[in-house]
Amino acid sequence: MLKRSIAVCVAAASLALTPASYAAEVEVLHWWTSGGEAKSVAYLKKRLESQGVNWKDFAVAGGGGENAMTVLKSRAVSGNPPTAAQIKGPSIQEWGDLGFLASIDDVAKTNQWDALLPAVVSDVMKHDGKYVAAPVNVHRVNWLWANPDVFRKAGASIPTTWADFMVQAKKLKEAGFIPLAHGGQAWQDATVFEAVVLGVGGPEYYKNAFVELDMAALNSATTDEVFRVFGELRQFIDANSPGRDWNVATSMVINGEAGMQIMGDWAKGEFAVAGKKAGTDYVCVASPGTSNAFTFNVDSFAFFKQSDAANQRAQKAMAQEILGTDFQKVFNLNKGSIPARLGMARDEFDSCAHDSMNTFVSSAETGGLVPSFAHGMAVSEAVAGAIYDVATNYFNSSTSPADGKAQLVAAVQAAM
Amino acid sequence: MRDISRTRTGWANRLEHWLPKLVLAPTTLAMIVCMYGFIVWTGALSLTKSGMLPQWEFVGFLQYDKLFANPRWDVALSNLVVFGILFIVISLIIGLFLAIFLDQKIRLEGAIRTIYLYPMAVSFVVTGTAWKWILNPGLGIEKLMRDLGFSDFEFRWLVEQDMAIYTIVIAAVWQSSGFVMAMFLAGLRGVDDSLIKAAHIDGANVWQTYWHVILPILRPVFFSAVVILSHIAIKSFDLVQALTGGGPGYASDLPANFMYTFAFNRAQMGIGAASAMIMLFGVLAVLVPYLYSELRGSQRD
Repeated sequence: MLKRSIAVCVAAASLALTPASYAAEVEVLHWWTSGGEAKSVAYLKKRLESQGVNWKDFAVAGGGGENAMTVLKSRAVSGNPPTAAQIKGPSIQEWGDLGFLASIDDVAKTNQWDALLPAVVSDVMKHDGKYVAAPVNVHRVNWLWANPDVFRKAGASIPTTWADFMVQAKKLKEAGFIPLAHGGQAWQDATVFEAVVLGVGGPEYYKNAFVELDMAALNSATTDEVFRVFGELRQFIDANSPGRDWNVATSMVINGEAGMQIMGDWAKGEFAVAGKKAGTDYVCVASPGTSNAFTFNVDSFAFFKQSDAANQRAQKAMAQEILGTDFQKVFNLNKGSIPARLGMARDEFDSCAHDSMNTFVSSAETGGLVPSFAHGMAVSEAVAGAIYDVATNYFNSSTSPADGKAQLVAAVQAAM
Repeated sequence: MRDISRTRTGWANRLEHWLPKLVLAPTTLAMIVCMYGFIVWTGALSLTKSGMLPQWEFVGFLQYDKLFANPRWDVALSNLVVFGILFIVISLIIGLFLAIFLDQKIRLEGAIRTIYLYPMAVSFVVTGTAWKWILNPGLGIEKLMRDLGFSDFEFRWLVEQDMAIYTIVIAAVWQSSGFVMAMFLAGLRGVDDSLIKAAHIDGANVWQTYWHVILPILRPVFFSAVVILSHIAIKSFDLVQALTGGGPGYASDLPANFMYTFAFNRAQMGIGAASAMIMLFGVLAVLVPYLYSELRGSQRD
């Protein structure tokens, strides 16, 4: 209570001192608390404060934001939601259906978001045809990170198809390297599974089976082939992988212990911290068979209904700022992703990001741009969880492809 | 007595009458609301179609059907049986033997007792993390043995689907057997010396003395230890989270981990609540017979 009245006093004082200010605050729930991410958030805070909007940080640490979501639910149920919260994918729709989200459609109209954002991204941000969230970045998930030095020593070449992957991985293994650096956590298993689905089945199958959840597609022979390839990968990871964090796996590629890793573009941050350069010290290519496809993982802020008029204006200022060119550039340079907004100056980004931007635009036209189910963009949390369970259980056992498929179909059906 | 109470004012009398009730009221209220209230609340939730947030649309026992159709729940339940039985039995055996050995009036008993009891002072998260390193094939025992020259040595339960649950048993036993030892030691100290002497005079050897005289006296300690250990087993969550993260895959999940995942990470609050209710029934199945026998026993006294 005391804190709040101080905040009101501060807000009132800033109203008196700075003309044309919003005299209000935004309370932002997020889980970007580490290194580059925290820097990015601090930049947004600075931008907003320069407009007289007070930033009340509501950071809840913890990897995938599970803790943050738990806090958010209790705040929302008690009728006191923050101004904005880091929510993404179909969860935005779930919050919208429950009637918690505020429309920021007028900001979107004034700033022509429809023209700035690809349709697949803007669809996710809208509930009932109105914008309720603003995207901050686009991650590409289907990347293969490779250490060219390891490949040279083993006399192997970087694979572009899954069939080739098996051949090259065998060479790496014979030369004494771990072919595939992997962390045995459910979400990492699902990330690799997703890359296999897209590489083996192609975008059309991916969309039918894992976005639309069409049972005929899930039950098709393609799924058998997906599980066969996925199962073959078991032999290319090391025995110590269960429970390993993704960045530890990345460091195995960096220090030449392992040849490759399949991971989203946030892995780039690890290479950058280690002082490695894209193209020479490490190579980024699309995961096998997906060079024309792009699995996207878009982080976004969803906006909650506010009763206070000043806070509503502050909320809209924040929405506008998020899609501004300055914030999009600084944030994404820090985070390793690419801007959600199209047509920005790109000279400060590295070669991997350029590749990402090109594919983002081209795949949007060819239909290869698909939402990532391993990162909560494609299906509800319940269905995504069911797929996680099947993928991680399959990868860690010696289940046959046919059984894997049967389990997947049953689990998805039960979760729908 | 009467004289004293007459000299007091009526106000003081009333205070004396009401004070204990006043002092206990907040605790009682908190317990009724926070324990029993929320149990009822969870029970009601488990009958609704609640997803991300509570929704009061009742669907009968659908969530229980879904729960028992879920292969992950089967794994969690059977893990609980394996873990619960092994954990309780091994902790009891080790705890009892440590207590008997310590009871032989040895030197440095205080120091040794503290060492055995010490793991109890560490949280399960610390235990889990430490054992994760010890059991990891690339860091711990296996690497140590191989570095020592036993190049074929293999101990990789932590990363094997079928064996991972046993690593949790190892860590939990390490943590809890010292505590069981302390309970038994207290019990042993309470055994009347004259009974033991009488047994000796009757010609019983050490083994017979323990088996026929001392252990029967320790029966209440056994009961308390089993009840305490079984509720530790049922609510085990942090140990699994820290040691295996439920993996490999979900092979070492326990019901509490299942409940947390479904209620909070997967927006399936209904199934989460249903699994919580099943866990509650599990606890009741242990507690009710125990309480029943306790209450009957005290009436007889």
